[in-house]
Amino acid sequence: MSAPLHYLPAVQIARMVRERTVSAREVTQAHLDRIAAVDGRLGAFRHIDAEGALRRAGEIDGALAAGSSPGPLAGVPVALKDILVTRGMPTTAGSRILEGWIPPYDATVVERLRGAGAVLLGKLNMDEFAMGSSNESSAYHPCRNPWDLDRVPGGSSGGSAAAVAAGLCAGSLGTDTGGSIRQPASLCGVVGLKPTYGRVSRYGVIAFASSLDQVGPLARTVADAALLLEVIAGFDPRDSTSIDEASPRFAAALGGDLRGLTIGRPRELELPGVDPEVASEVDRALATLVDLGASVREVSLPHVQHSLATYYLIAPAEASSNLARYDGVRYGARAAAPGQSLLEMYCRTRGAGFGPEVKRRIMLGTFALRSGYYDAYYLKAQKVRALIARDYQRALAEVDLIASPTSPTAAFRLGERSSDPLAMYLADVFTLSCNLAGLPGISVPCGQTGAGLPVGLQLCGRPLDEATLIRAASAFEAASGPVRHPPEANLTGGAA
Amino acid sequence: MAALTRKDVLEIAHLARLHLEPDEADRLSGELSSILEHMEQLGAIDTEGVEPMTHAVPMRLRLRPDEVEPSLPVEEAVGAAPDRAGDLFQVPHIIRSGTAGSGSGS
Amino acid sequence: MSGSRAPGPAGRWEPVIGLEVHVQLATASKAFSGSATEFGAPPNSLTDPTVLGLPGCLPVFNRRALDMALLLGMAVGARVRLRSRFARKHYFYPDLPKGYQISQYDEPLCEGGSIEVALPGGAPRAVRLMRIHLEEDAGKNTHVPGGAVSHVDLNRAGVPLIEVVSEPDIFSAAEAAAYMRELRLLCRWLDISGGDMEKGQLRCDANVSLRPRGSSELGTRTELKNINSFRFVEAAIEHEIARQAAILDGGGQVVQETRLWDSDAGVSHSMRSKEEAMDYRYFPDPDLPPLEIDPALLDSIQASLPPLPAEVRARLSAIAGLTEEDVQFLAGDRERAVYFAQVAGTPHAKPIANWLLAEPELVARAPVARMIELAELAAGGTISATAAKKVAAEMVKSDEAPRAIVERLGLAQVSDEGAIRAMAEEIVAAHPAQAESYRAGKQTLIGFFVGQLMKRSGGKANPQMARSILEALLGGSGK
Repeated sequence: MSAPLHYLPAVQIARMVRERTVSAREVTQAHLDRIAAVDGRLGAFRHIDAEGALRRAGEIDGALAAGSSPGPLAGVPVALKDILVTRGMPTTAGSRILEGWIPPYDATVVERLRGAGAVLLGKLNMDEFAMGSSNESSAYHPCRNPWDLDRVPGGSSGGSAAAVAAGLCAGSLGTDTGGSIRQPASLCGVVGLKPTYGRVSRYGVIAFASSLDQVGPLARTVADAALLLEVIAGFDPRDSTSIDEASPRFAAALGGDLRGLTIGRPRELELPGVDPEVASEVDRALATLVDLGASVREVSLPHVQHSLATYYLIAPAEASSNLARYDGVRYGARAAAPGQSLLEMYCRTRGAGFGPEVKRRIMLGTFALRSGYYDAYYLKAQKVRALIARDYQRALAEVDLIASPTSPTAAFRLGERSSDPLAMYLADVFTLSCNLAGLPGISVPCGQTGAGLPVGLQLCGRPLDEATLIRAASAFEAASGPVRHPPEANLTGGAA
Repeated sequence: MAALTRKDVLEIAHLARLHLEPDEADRLSGELSSILEHMEQLGAIDTEGVEPMTHAVPMRLRLRPDEVEPSLPVEEAVGAAPDRAGDLFQVPHIIRSGTAGSGSGS
Repeated sequence: MSGSRAPGPAGRWEPVIGLEVHVQLATASKAFSGSATEFGAPPNSLTDPTVLGLPGCLPVFNRRALDMALLLGMAVGARVRLRSRFARKHYFYPDLPKGYQISQYDEPLCEGGSIEVALPGGAPRAVRLMRIHLEEDAGKNTHVPGGAVSHVDLNRAGVPLIEVVSEPDIFSAAEAAAYMRELRLLCRWLDISGGDMEKGQLRCDANVSLRPRGSSELGTRTELKNINSFRFVEAAIEHEIARQAAILDGGGQVVQETRLWDSDAGVSHSMRSKEEAMDYRYFPDPDLPPLEIDPALLDSIQASLPPLPAEVRARLSAIAGLTEEDVQFLAGDRERAVYFAQVAGTPHAKPIANWLLAEPELVARAPVARMIELAELAAGGTISATAAKKVAAEMVKSDEAPRAIVERLGLAQVSDEGAIRAMAEEIVAAHPAQAESYRAGKQTLIGFFVGQLMKRSGGKANPQMARSILEALLGGSGK
């Protein structure tokens, strides 16, 4: 019994379009119809480019009919977190300060997707400037979790995760600075992969924290994530922090044998705040991995408890710097008032254009960089960061992967944490340290709570070793049964 | 360290060119103080001899050849400006007395 | 403190000056992206996402900017850091697209080094440098007169700069001007910048303070900006010294502040503002990994350095007959110095120096061999010194050889003893009164007789020969 087009894996869609079993136009239309039927409830999309998508799909079909091969993602409908700059398509980073901005250039990852034949459906909702773990700080509208519309999808790539989970696209791109791909993937029951820092170009990725940001794929299967990663990864001369290596064939790591694979569980991450149902699903997942041939043991990451403090000094500091360019001079919104001075223009534009979470982090970051405070705050945090990275290096010399829950809880309710910033920040406690150490990490669905909310297993690996992550995740996935989809009633308001 | 006062908050907001409503400033001084208190724990960690980590994977600067590449067409460069005068960006007057910055090279 | 310095003007106060000079590097493309660096292009036509500071843009550093910076660093004898970092310097201004400038802070490219400075008639002295670092330029912000708006052109944004910071090692406005001239010369010598202040290729900020003569403590300093021409360097600093002296003489205190030079009014204005100490919130730029330099690169740059102005001046000063003005001129341009080096050791050095001084274009227009030919014609008496100057002037206009010019213009000197003697006898006979005065002791009249003979010969007589023949002919008591 075949699944509807909108729930087919990207790999399968690609094959069907290539073999001309189905046309790219048909696939695209099916997804546009799905979006029209569902997204009103969900709020995953910020901008839908139906015309552009259908036009591109038509070109793909034409190319295939003429016998040429338009790329490994030909005809696959993909959507992009609104933090990725897209020529001719509005890009807002979830903020009012970029309302109406139409970029004159494409991010490198967007160019690569286009070049691989992907059909770009549009831009996805997110926390403003990627600062958040629930998508609630989007200046436009919240995004809801397809599994329970009263709950958050996670963040900051909330739209990227929700859209994939609900079948609005075959795959999406998000960004991850402290967990923003992995955590929403976990809360929405999909696969989310953050590559090694430097693996994927940041050119055209609206910067939040430059030394932490990475672009990565979200998809319903590990194979789909691997395919997307292969297309977007690899050296980019326009990014000075891009690793000088071509994109590996990640798909080759799929379906490998796990015998001999060692997995570490950090004793310092056995935290009291973890939901017992989440903990038990993760334990069960690790038991499955053991059945598949892996072995699990305890490791130690003595400084990992400081990840939150370290992250919340470094990321806001870099963000306060990266967001200084939003000043109403060259693009975006300006708070116009007749006769105002330049200073007033700056302050009102930024005061009105940024939401409270962004302002909070800009303030924090500005403070941490002030002369007189720099040594004690920012510089100190960068040193502790080095210690955390060293801990991971030592642990990953003993084991191949480090495992934990992706998130301490399943999806929480909208509004539940938004008035307590520190509580919100704790959502990222398991994911942050991966970014600090620059390591690749993946979240795979590993069950549900009693209330039917998805739980995610996180695996973290050595630098540039996405292959081992993919190998372990795909084996686990194969042993976990078919992909689960959110209750259709949530999405279409009635019978499927 | 002492908590951030409202005055501290307003100073930082000025540095960051953020207009804050009065209630925002009050709220922020509380929030930022409690967040910073949480950061205090870092002070206790021994980082003697540890090099700050500025890049996750060790990297050295790559250089590009001195080759000219096409610029953006002027209309694309200036087209998104909230205010313009022909092909120039237009901004409000820079007031000297007591408020504006000292500016870049003339 | 530095070594001996030129004694300053008499007065209670000794000026202490440090200069921060921004040099625009003459690369084809910008520091961190590929837009061109042309001067005078239509507004906002030399931009790209990185120049505009668009969301998502990233910097990639221009290799040639590094090479040029290293050339200067090595030429001034600075220590080059094998590992340096770019840092972000934050402030808000419309000509600064990202809200920060990519610069260098506590790990600059070069530290130390010195620039040789000499005042006319004085001995050269080394002004020590503090550092040389890399950074990017901002755009141009123009206030619209009478209006409530300013306009911004980002063509200049992103052009590579180096900032050359001296120690407070300069002790007069004249020295400051000399330092600027030498720095400009070095930049042009090494082909790293045109050094044209009016085009903004060289920009000077001066830190000026006064202290009681004999003290070694530094006084309160002011920063003087907007000195945008060589003409104003000395004037602006003199003005500031006088201003501070007046305050101190009156028992007041100099306020630490930034002042803008107003060349029209010939005064400076305070830029006093609430943000006295700008907090630039420097931190290492996370988009740019550390700049690591291969020592082999430094070796190859060192090996490629041409003889530098100071060395050329020293060599030329040892040549007999060359004045200080000659030396400054000949060592004032690299092509000229290289050209002159080919004749410096010959007996023709001085006359050729004179012709070059009169006609600098000869360096480009006349091969050295031709200059030597001309010098030999003059030395051999074929043409007079005056005629030689005329020939030199002609050589700028065409490829004609000196001999051909002499012939064409009929400049050949008459050096035939017999012919000159005949004319001399005529002239002495024609002016008996003057001949008598001469013989009676008025020796200066020889000039009159030589003049007459030159006139008689249509300017072609060899004047030295004419003089000695006339002297012999006239005889007289002075012989």
